[in-house]
Amino acid sequence: MIALLTRDLRLAVRAGGGFGLGLGFFLVVVVLVPLGVGPEGGTLAKIAPGILWVAALLACLLSLDRIFALDHEDGTLDLLATAPIPPEGIVSMKALAHWITTGLPLVIAAPVLALLMNLPGPGYPWLVLSLLLGTPALSVIGTFGAALTVGLKRGGLLLSLLVLPLYVPTLIFGAEVVKRGAAGQALGVPVLLLAGITAGAAALLPFASAAALRVNLR
Amino acid sequence: MSIWKYANPVIFMQTSGRLLRWLVPLTAVLMAVGLVWGFAFTPPEENQGSTVKIIFLHVPAAMLGINAWLMMLVASLVWLVRRHHVSALAAKAAAPIGATMTLIALITGAIWGEPMWGTWWAWDPRLTSFLILFLFYLGYLALWEAIEDPDTAADLTSVLCLVGSVFAILSRYAVNFWNQGLHQGASLTLMQKQHVADAYWYPLMISIGGFLCFFVTMVLVRTRTEIRARRLQALLARERMA
Amino acid sequence: MTNPDLVLGKYEVTVLSAYAAALALIVFLVVVTWLRGRVVRRQLDEVEARQGRGKHAD
Repeated sequence: MIALLTRDLRLAVRAGGGFGLGLGFFLVVVVLVPLGVGPEGGTLAKIAPGILWVAALLACLLSLDRIFALDHEDGTLDLLATAPIPPEGIVSMKALAHWITTGLPLVIAAPVLALLMNLPGPGYPWLVLSLLLGTPALSVIGTFGAALTVGLKRGGLLLSLLVLPLYVPTLIFGAEVVKRGAAGQALGVPVLLLAGITAGAAALLPFASAAALRVNLR
Repeated sequence: MSIWKYANPVIFMQTSGRLLRWLVPLTAVLMAVGLVWGFAFTPPEENQGSTVKIIFLHVPAAMLGINAWLMMLVASLVWLVRRHHVSALAAKAAAPIGATMTLIALITGAIWGEPMWGTWWAWDPRLTSFLILFLFYLGYLALWEAIEDPDTAADLTSVLCLVGSVFAILSRYAVNFWNQGLHQGASLTLMQKQHVADAYWYPLMISIGGFLCFFVTMVLVRTRTEIRARRLQALLARERMA
Repeated sequence: MTNPDLVLGKYEVTVLSAYAAALALIVFLVVVTWLRGRVVRRQLDEVEARQGRGKHAD
């Protein structure tokens, strides 16, 4: 399973675009929003938590269909299914690899982009924390969506339609943490709920993803 | 005598055919009585004026919007556990009805909200969760459409329905939490529904009964169509083989 | 108008449009269901007649 993880990571680095693409998308969205909304610092600061979270979510979404698609095309996935690893392990490793290539760079880049959005000072640590807690859930949920649509020709759009409603709780709590952090309010409850969703999703969703994968490889 | 005998498509077709002969007229009568009574024979309410008449559409549609998803959840579980095809097809048949009902609840709510709240749309927890429920319906329907092999489609949509149910409930609580900090007046709809005068209560009950019968009728009709479609596919496949 | 409850007052447009929209959606659903049922049924009858099998179970 570790071998699977390192293989995925190596592929992402060598194929290029693994790390860069999601990050670039994140940057572009965050730059575009002030162009659309207007340059007033106050307005930007107010919407910054929401925009940063929505942008992170979209950047995550962008690379979801790559999780299984390439392996499915060249038959690697069928080989993996016959390997002595449970499918639950495969999907967990895939989700982890997706998080390291997409979620982690977002977490690291977010404070820089928050500067562009005029996020108030106290919000920065909470932005990083909320993304750190929340993006794994995005990867795990996204892997479930990718497992559902793995064999489909035009899966990309469908994948977004399936996955985005599932992102609602994570988005709400994640943005809430940053908003309260920036305003200096108490934020224990949303932090715990966000962590709870991530933990629950990471523990339970791999079973659903594995079930979907089994059906698709039947 | 067990409920599982209806998992046999032949028995299901016979029984549902007999049931429908009663259900269709019953649906027509109940819906007509409930809606005509509600529309033409209820007095205007003192605060809401005649807009109170919208309740006879809004409440039953909202109830069905949620309960249709619940029915799909049960049917999906039955399919996953016992592999009865009728069950999977019933879940597929119920989804468009649930989606339509959710849409009706949203639209009538928006039309009612415009004069009452002064806005078509407020990000009230209830409204927001209904919108999210509608998105879940869309995703579920899209997945059915996208997959060609019917058994694979049934499996995958069932898994989606289970996961979606959990996340729909999570979203409901998240949305409640999210809006608390914004404004308080959200309990407006709740308050009004708790004390409903008799003049509105009876037609409302009849209307809810009518919508319920409508749902059952439509699910049966659509499931029958799906069963026929499956048989058609099987016969065509056999023809190609020969 | 003899029925006082039918006087909708200033909310006439609101009530009527709500009823119109809801009934239109319901009718749309019924028509779509009915049309698809008819098409499938006709095709099935045709194939069954061609293959010389017994009619389906109803």
